[in-house]
Order: sequence, then C-alpha cells, then structure tokens
Amino acid sequence: MEQGLSIRKLLIANRGEIACRVIRAAKELGLETVQVVSEADTDSLAARMADEVKLIGPPHPAKSYLDAGAILSAARECGADAIHPGYGFLSESARFAEAVESAGLTFIGPLSDTIRLMGDKAAARTQARDAGVPTVPGSDGVIKDLDEALTLAEAIGFPVMIKASAGGGGRGIRVAKNSDEVCRMAPQASSEAKAAFGDNGIYIEKLIESARHIEVQVLGDGFNVVHFFDRECSLQRRRQKVWEEAPSAAISDTVRALLCASAVDLAKSVNYRGAGTVEYLYDEATGEFYFIEMNTRIQVEHPVTEMICGTDLVIGMIRVCAGQRLALTQDEIARKGHAIEVRLNAEDPANSFMPFPGIVTGLRVPKGDGIRFDHMLYDGYEIPPFYDSLLGKLIVWAPDRAQAITRLTYALDGLAIDGLPTTAPLYSALAACAEVQANAVHTGWMETWLEQNTDILTKQGEAAA
Amino acid sequence: MARHEIKSPIPGTFYRKPAPEEPPFVEIGDAVAEGDVVALVEVMKSFHPIRADAEGIVSGFPLEDGEPVAAGMTIVELE
Repeated sequence: MEQGLSIRKLLIANRGEIACRVIRAAKELGLETVQVVSEADTDSLAARMADEVKLIGPPHPAKSYLDAGAILSAARECGADAIHPGYGFLSESARFAEAVESAGLTFIGPLSDTIRLMGDKAAARTQARDAGVPTVPGSDGVIKDLDEALTLAEAIGFPVMIKASAGGGGRGIRVAKNSDEVCRMAPQASSEAKAAFGDNGIYIEKLIESARHIEVQVLGDGFNVVHFFDRECSLQRRRQKVWEEAPSAAISDTVRALLCASAVDLAKSVNYRGAGTVEYLYDEATGEFYFIEMNTRIQVEHPVTEMICGTDLVIGMIRVCAGQRLALTQDEIARKGHAIEVRLNAEDPANSFMPFPGIVTGLRVPKGDGIRFDHMLYDGYEIPPFYDSLLGKLIVWAPDRAQAITRLTYALDGLAIDGLPTTAPLYSALAACAEVQANAVHTGWMETWLEQNTDILTKQGEAAA
Repeated sequence: MARHEIKSPIPGTFYRKPAPEEPPFVEIGDAVAEGDVVALVEVMKSFHPIRADAEGIVSGFPLEDGEPVAAGMTIVELE
C-alpha cells in the first residue's frame, strides 16, 4: 500500500464504468477494494475486478445504490474504511457524506457541508459572486414571490431561465420568453421542484443564447487548490453532454487563465477537498464567461483532462481525501495536445435514442497510441435495464484538435459492440461534420443538427444493423 | 386462465401507476380497449407506456408495482 494514506480498504458505492475506473485507481494505490452490487449487477465487470463483492439489495436504485443504510452496513461488515461514491447516485448527497463521516469512515469527496452549499444552486451562486466569480445576471438567491420574479425578469431581459434551486445537471429548468410565461411557469416550476427535489425554491437567470459550456477541473486538499485546465462540453442532447474536449478550442489563453483562476478562487473560498468541476457558460459574442454550478464529484468526462495533463484524477482525489496534501503545485501542472471523449450509450440514434439494453455478443476494443476506452463491458455481458444507458467512453488524444478528430474517426471504426445499437454512429457522423471540425458549435447546436440530419443517422443505423 | 396476456416488449421496471402518488392505470375488473395505456415500463431511466393490444376485462397482474420485468413477460392478464 502507498505510504501516508489513512485508508486501506475502499468500498465503491456505484456501478458501471466509473466503478471499474475507481477500482483501477484503488489498485494502483495498493488499496483493497469492495464492490457493492444490486441483484442485477452480481456479474458486472466491476464485481469481477474487485477483491470483495457485497450484495446490497434489489435492482431498483432506490433499494440498492441509493440506499445509504445498506451501503454503510456493507462497509461495516467488510471492514472498509473509505467510500468512493463515483458520480450520480449518492455522490452529491450531503446527507450520505455526513452519514459516512459520522460512521467514522472517509468519504472520497468534499466535506458534507461543502456538498450541501454547492448543491443549493442559489447559495452556490451567492458564494461564487462573493468569491469574485462572474455569475449569469439573475436573482439574488431564491425568489420570494411572483412579483419579484416578474420585476427581475423584466430588468434583466427575456428570455430568462427559471431554475430549481435543488436541481442541477440540466434538471428542473424552464425558459420563459415573456412576462406571461413567467406568471405561468414560475408557480409550476416551484411545485415541480417540490415534488422532484423536496424543495420548492426557484431562482431566475438570464438565458445566454448560443453559449458554449466550458468547465474547469479543480483538485483541493482542504487547504490548497489547483486546476487542471478546462474542458468544453457544448455538444449536448436534452442538456446531457455527449462529446467532450480538453482544452476548449474556443477560448484564448487569456480567457483560459481568467477562467481557471476564478474556479480556483471559488474552490479556495470553501476550502475545497477532492476533485471538483466549476461549470461556466461562455458567450462567444462578448467573450464573457458566467458561473453555472459546481459539481462536487468526479465527472464522467474527467479522462480528457487526464489525457492532456498526464495525471490520474481519481488517484489524486483518493490521496487528498485520505489525508495527503496536494502533490503538485500549479506551476508543475502543464497541458499538452488535445483530447476528445464520446459517450457510448445503449441507445439507438436511428430510433429517437430509444434505450436498448441487450447482450453483448461481441466486443472489439480499438487500440493504439492516444486511444483509451473506459467501459463496463465484456463478451457475453447482459446489460441490465435498470440504470443509466452509459456503457463506456472512447477517449482519444492527439497533438492537436484536427488530429484528435481523425484519431477519433478511426478509433470508432475499430470499436465494435455487437448485439445492441449504441450511439457510436452519431459520433462518426459528428466527426465528419464540417461545423464540428470548425468548432462552430454551442449548447443548442446538436439538437438542431439532429433534426436536420435524421437521414444520416437512419442510414448509419441500418448499415450497422 | 387468462384469455389474453399483455406482454412487455422491453425489459425494465414495471409500474402500474403514471406517478407514485397517482391511481393505477387499470384495476382488476376494469374494461380496457385496444390502445389503452395499462402500465409503464422504465428502461434505463426512460419511461415507456405499455398499451393493451386487445380488448377485455382486466383479470390479473402477475407482477407487483415496481418489480423488474423481462422482455416478453406478461404484465396484465385479460379475460
């Protein structure tokens, strides 16, 4: 085991590709690993990789991966002294982090108070503004009533977004184009937020049209914080990222320096511990960037940062949460080249992205310099229908963006997941698209492109089938 | 013995209600017409309505609300 770590046995409270990724990092550190599984995951790749497997409940996430009590019991029974929550599930639950802390275990993430603060999107906005981070023009925290919402919306200008304070990740957002729509949507948004998140708080922000999504990776040890530069995730469908790059090719190094410094300022203002991502909207027309939210966990797209910085962020987050100080100073962190990640989902792009769980009847993984495939698959694996459709992520690195797109194209040609449709054809089509090659995109671009190019995907879907 | 069995074409989680706090789509003894929504199946976080492919009177539910369902499994029995 690595010297100077306060933990020796790590329980992974997640599943799928991120569980496999965390197990790899834990093994690098010489830690013992425990994989908790639902009844649907006893034969998962993560279960096969881990030193120990603990069954925590039925397939439904509420009865297994979201059951904090079952996970803590499993940790106690097998003597685990740390819990890695991955992403999704309980990763940003302040209550879960607090329960882990109270049980005397190490949570591989920030302190529960930090998660609580950043999880309250209105409070996070205030925190960002106080740290000198630019925020989207909008309400000062949660709005009190409809009159305040109307006055504010008229002052900042339409269209405005009405957001749930307890939301995040693109959930609980409405767009109002005029006062009438504010009157109609604000009460709806509030009651829906109450139902979905147990909190009826809503806030208002100006809608920045044709914006890019750019985010900064940070790592803190509770005392100091460093950044690992930026990622751009403007290619989205239904507000979910599908293709991510590092660094953003849309910003100058001057803007990049300001952006990264502001992310570090925010993280330092809360004595951040662990890996985190500060997300921004970038308005290309004005060159301004605005804070959206901070995600207090490892993100799906972390590998593109690892590829350009030559670092292992999962190992990094385990170390700082297990009592070590940051190993690198900011001056020692450099970036090189360009990386792209695409998310392979068990969905049929030729059929409205219908989820399609099935059995993997053949798997061919592309290999070569600058090609990485983080996944949860093996030949004969039956994909359970109860969870997210993400199967894996194909990541490529090359000296520049154009070469990275070329490499992505042939890496996709070398990838075969037989037995079920995946979103791979979407990425081949995007890689061949002139606007993607020219990086002339924004967060709404891909949905419009999909509407205008249904035939491309249908043809590829047929060719694949 | 059921006269007709409505099967789920997809695997996932079977739900008898449109939302947790709402009443079930159909109850035993209800008459259904072809095309009526009788259940939801959640597959990979997306919800798909299951419609009756025949008319009849609902006589049974082999699965409990919220139970896993495999593709091709019967979810509603009609008489």
